[in-house]
Amino acid sequence: MPLKSFREAINEALCQEMANDPSVILIGEDIAGGNGGVEGAAGSSGGMLGVTKGLYHDYGPERVIDTPISESAIVGAAAGAAMTGLRPVAELMFMDFFGVCFDQIYNQAAKFRYMFGGNCTTPMVVRGMVGAGFGSAAQHSQALWPIFSHIPGLKVVLPSSPHDAKGLMIQAIRDDDPVIFLEHKVLYDTKGEVPEEPYAIPFGEANITREGDDVTIVAFGRMVNFANEVADKLTGNISVEVLDPRTTSPLDTEVILESVKHTGRLVVVDEANPICNMASEVISLVATEALQYLKARPIKISAPHTPVPAAPNLETLYIPSKETIEKAVANLME
Amino acid sequence: MNLDKQQLLQAYRIMRRIREFETRISYEFAAGTVPGMTHLYIGQEAVAAGICLTLSDEDYIASTHRGHGHCIAKGCDIAGMALELFRKEGGLCKGKGGSMHIADVSKGMLGANAIVGGASPLACGAALTAKTRGKNNVAVAFAGDGATNQGTTFEAMNMAVVLKLPVIFAIESNGYGEHTGSGYAQGNDLTERSAAFGMAAVKVDGTDFFAVYQAMQEAIARANRGEGPTAIECVAMRWHGHFEGDPQHYRPKDEVKRLRDTADPLKIFRDKVLAKGDLVAADLDQLDEEILTEVTNAVDAALEAPQPAPEELLTDVYVSY
Repeated sequence: MPLKSFREAINEALCQEMANDPSVILIGEDIAGGNGGVEGAAGSSGGMLGVTKGLYHDYGPERVIDTPISESAIVGAAAGAAMTGLRPVAELMFMDFFGVCFDQIYNQAAKFRYMFGGNCTTPMVVRGMVGAGFGSAAQHSQALWPIFSHIPGLKVVLPSSPHDAKGLMIQAIRDDDPVIFLEHKVLYDTKGEVPEEPYAIPFGEANITREGDDVTIVAFGRMVNFANEVADKLTGNISVEVLDPRTTSPLDTEVILESVKHTGRLVVVDEANPICNMASEVISLVATEALQYLKARPIKISAPHTPVPAAPNLETLYIPSKETIEKAVANLME
Repeated sequence: MNLDKQQLLQAYRIMRRIREFETRISYEFAAGTVPGMTHLYIGQEAVAAGICLTLSDEDYIASTHRGHGHCIAKGCDIAGMALELFRKEGGLCKGKGGSMHIADVSKGMLGANAIVGGASPLACGAALTAKTRGKNNVAVAFAGDGATNQGTTFEAMNMAVVLKLPVIFAIESNGYGEHTGSGYAQGNDLTERSAAFGMAAVKVDGTDFFAVYQAMQEAIARANRGEGPTAIECVAMRWHGHFEGDPQHYRPKDEVKRLRDTADPLKIFRDKVLAKGDLVAADLDQLDEEILTEVTNAVDAALEAPQPAPEELLTDVYVSY
């Protein structure tokens, strides 16, 4: 099977779905790039970090639509297009920018179906880069998925591997509900096996990336890779099971509970700030549904309750580390 | 203007239906039977009628918190509307939307919108659908003068110009944004402001159906030629408060009386068509009676209808989960 990067996997998903369905369009700033610049430059960017590269040349300006820097108009146009029959994929570059168009996401797109009594679908995807580790500091590095997971009507996707990125993006485009699709920028160059043919990974189905008997680690996004490394390192010593929920909404509560009932020990790793994050949610779930199975207190590992700092040493301290995860697992076995 | 008798009757039917419906809702609100907040459209009927008369179900409108008139003009069923306003089973939105979110997407009515300025970007999207599919349909973004001070309106206007989208921005200058006079909240003339985005913009008397209709025909022709959006600023004061129950301390005491005497869109229409001999009084009187019966039946039935089943609380959040 061919090895592809996380970036290439998403590009391939977009390309295949655009070929498959003429109602799929891309809309956002610089997804083509170069419009209004020197002659022949249109299409020269393909997104800030090259995820949509080549699609402008394949599908033209009618389906790869560069816009002004107007996030509310981008998301609103995607929502309006979705409720009238298209399947738009809107790109907002960094998830930090969702704030300037939050109304269009949570008051408009997320609520149409309920407010209109089920007489409407809003099949749209909003893409955005997330996460720290790029030196981009407080306004370009956040992990705001808990905010969006909180909102009924939205689905929130957080892939951790190239394989999942492709399958989840295809599902996101085919899904009839609005989907927030979050791409960890540190993962773009990671490589993995990605099948050529289109495939969809259903939402709400956790991936068990490592099977084990002693400790369950539930990890989100980039943290899945950290958890896998810890599990591999401890092989032969502690048997660690790693769960990647892949979507924070819907959340696969069933597989999480099954695993915790089996191991009796839980570590949750979420790069998001700690208050009301997904780690809080998972621990709350286990406390209310499976407390009697726990052999030790659950451990929550998150970023501190601070903005993301710019200084590299501080940013490293901010991001949950493999060492912290390993120590937590070891503590639970004492 | 080449409106035949049937079109003139339809224009009057829309305006009378709005007036009658809103008048009854105002009465019911005062009686305490309407849950939540309600914002009425009386005084602005000629705008909704002039904008929507020639639109088909394949054309779209995105509306405002003051959206009943737009809904009626776009052809939504008033029995379903009445049920929705009273939050009853069988309402256009199953009683889950209410006045401020009333919608019928099958009629191209993409929803009233409780967020001021929320609708304009959505209209860009509906227009994008029409453009992508190569169809000569348009999308109307209704916005009050208050909404024109929202960034969403600016973004939508610029985007529509840049992408040459078939959007018509129907700006309803009704004098006040909530409890604040538009003269306080606006730094400049809204027609000039719209034109500054690079689109055709025109100001019309929003109490004159014919003026609105004429501007709309030109806007549709412009959109169909691929020339992008148009702004039509329709000046028509609202007669009621921001919401029902608004004591309106901000208004001159005699303002509403003056509007009733001199700026009644239905009376202005009636006088014009009778003076020209296009219709006779009996035609209009008959419509008045028919519509009074229609609205009475719709609201009476809605008052008696059952509330939504408790199970409805949990449905329609997702298509599938």
